[in-house]
Amino acid sequence: MAMRKVKRPSKTIIFIYIFLIVATLTMLIPYYWMLITSVKPQEEIQTYPPKLYVKSPTVQPYRDLFRLIPMGRHLFNSLFVCTSVVLFKVFACSLAGYAFAKHKFWGRDIIFMMFLASLMIPWQVNIIPGFILVKNLGWLNSFKGLIIPTMGWGAFGIFLSRQFIYSIPDDFIDAARIDGCTEFKIYLHVILPLIKPVLATLAIFTFIQQWNNLVWPLVITTTREMRTIPVALAALSSQTSSNFGMLMAAAVVATVPMLIIFLIFQKYIIKRIVLP
Amino acid sequence: MNKRTFLQELNRQKISYLFIIAPFLLFLIFVLGPVIASFFLSFTKYNVIQAPQFVGITNYKNIFFNDPRFWKAMINSAFYVLGVVPLGISFALILAFAIDQRIKMKNFFKGVLFLPTVTSIVASAVIWSWLYTGGKYGLINYFILMKLGLQPIDWLMSPTWTLPAIIIMSIWAGLGWNVILFLAGLQTIPPMMYEAAEVDGAGFWSKFFKITIPLLKPTIVFVTVMSTIVSIKVFEQIYVMTQAGGGPLGGVLDCALTGVPYLFDKGFNKFQMGYASALAYVIFSIILIFTFINIKFVKAKVEY
Repeated sequence: MAMRKVKRPSKTIIFIYIFLIVATLTMLIPYYWMLITSVKPQEEIQTYPPKLYVKSPTVQPYRDLFRLIPMGRHLFNSLFVCTSVVLFKVFACSLAGYAFAKHKFWGRDIIFMMFLASLMIPWQVNIIPGFILVKNLGWLNSFKGLIIPTMGWGAFGIFLSRQFIYSIPDDFIDAARIDGCTEFKIYLHVILPLIKPVLATLAIFTFIQQWNNLVWPLVITTTREMRTIPVALAALSSQTSSNFGMLMAAAVVATVPMLIIFLIFQKYIIKRIVLP
Repeated sequence: MNKRTFLQELNRQKISYLFIIAPFLLFLIFVLGPVIASFFLSFTKYNVIQAPQFVGITNYKNIFFNDPRFWKAMINSAFYVLGVVPLGISFALILAFAIDQRIKMKNFFKGVLFLPTVTSIVASAVIWSWLYTGGKYGLINYFILMKLGLQPIDWLMSPTWTLPAIIIMSIWAGLGWNVILFLAGLQTIPPMMYEAAEVDGAGFWSKFFKITIPLLKPTIVFVTVMSTIVSIKVFEQIYVMTQAGGGPLGGVLDCALTGVPYLFDKGFNKFQMGYASALAYVIFSIILIFTFINIKFVKAKVEY
């Protein structure tokens, strides 16, 4: 069995490594430039030629960021909106997914098809009437307006959880029914534990997607205090003509939480995307 | 079963409806309802303050025959799609093929390429606007153009270079996603095929062109159509990068105004909600054509 050959790496393999390293650098340099700019004092940002390193790092840009704009409030808004939407999507979508997978009721297939078809609707067709509706409800510039309409886009979560619940054997559910469990208890004690991995994926994806969402909060918020991070970042970018340190500090605050989530759950995320 | 009355059956089904009611109602009110309302709105003139006023197909007529900005936006969209899709897919394909070889640190390379996918497009666009900064202070101007002996370019202020700059950023941002999809496709190619080719003396490139590309065709079609749809819908990077430092939405002389930013401009800057709804339906129809192509060509993918 032990057929060890000491092989020199072929030219092709070396070429592949060089190619991949160049690609890696191309991917990473923008992040590096963001980080390094965010800790540079103003004089170092505006020196010529630009330097790839920082001589005397400072946290002044971060201090500016939390002093000059309500960044703490933006962070809170983003966290609050994301958490609400994630909790709703994970539980409401899996509950509905259970009904679609294991219950028989009138209109089940039609309603499910409606959800499936809605996966093709781009937000672009929804944004104008959505805005008008929220305005007429008096929900502009409120958490209600930021959160509740977003909960309507649950089709993917329902589809995903239905697929997984569908593959759970009926015997599990019947056994619980014979033991006298109510349908809700079956969902809670039988279904939920079995689909935990899927729900974790759904939660991570929803969180990342919400955290990064620009358009809806851009349209719904009218005052600075209600802005979420992407809206605040876009606004800051359009106002920045010299304080690039602070702008990059804002980009760091917007980026780093997601990068941390990604690094922790990396295998999970990449494996699941391809075949939900 | 035959004894059961309608009411008894409904009573039995009550719990199922209870389980789906919340997401279904929210879906009807905030997704489906507005999309249908938008269709009716597209036949009206509506500025949010006064009641909508029915104008028939005037909006659609004006879009196609009386609106040079719309055609400018369509040409820019086409330019953007033709820039992002072929280049983005070629890079992704070659990268996926390279990662699929017998190399170490596969997960590291995959992870790095995937980073922009978990970064918000707004943040990426902000970072790239800074990389593109004009004059000799910008990273790209100084470390690439000037080192090559070229003149620095005022990327995001120049009518010629704004859209290409955004295209480059978008390719960077979308690469990881496509690489992951291609890698999944590559797993379906039996290793025997490559081994047989190696025995016959095939090298890296001949394996790539003679085996990988033909066998990967379904994935390539799928990824191409998906990135075309995503590119038609582009909004965030145009919104951020053309307005970086206080520019107009769509850039100088509308040089980077694509379809969706134009729709946004009409709706939320000019408050022509009826006209913008009609624009939304025109763009939606274009996307729908590509969606159907996708469903037709990639049936296997949809069935799961």
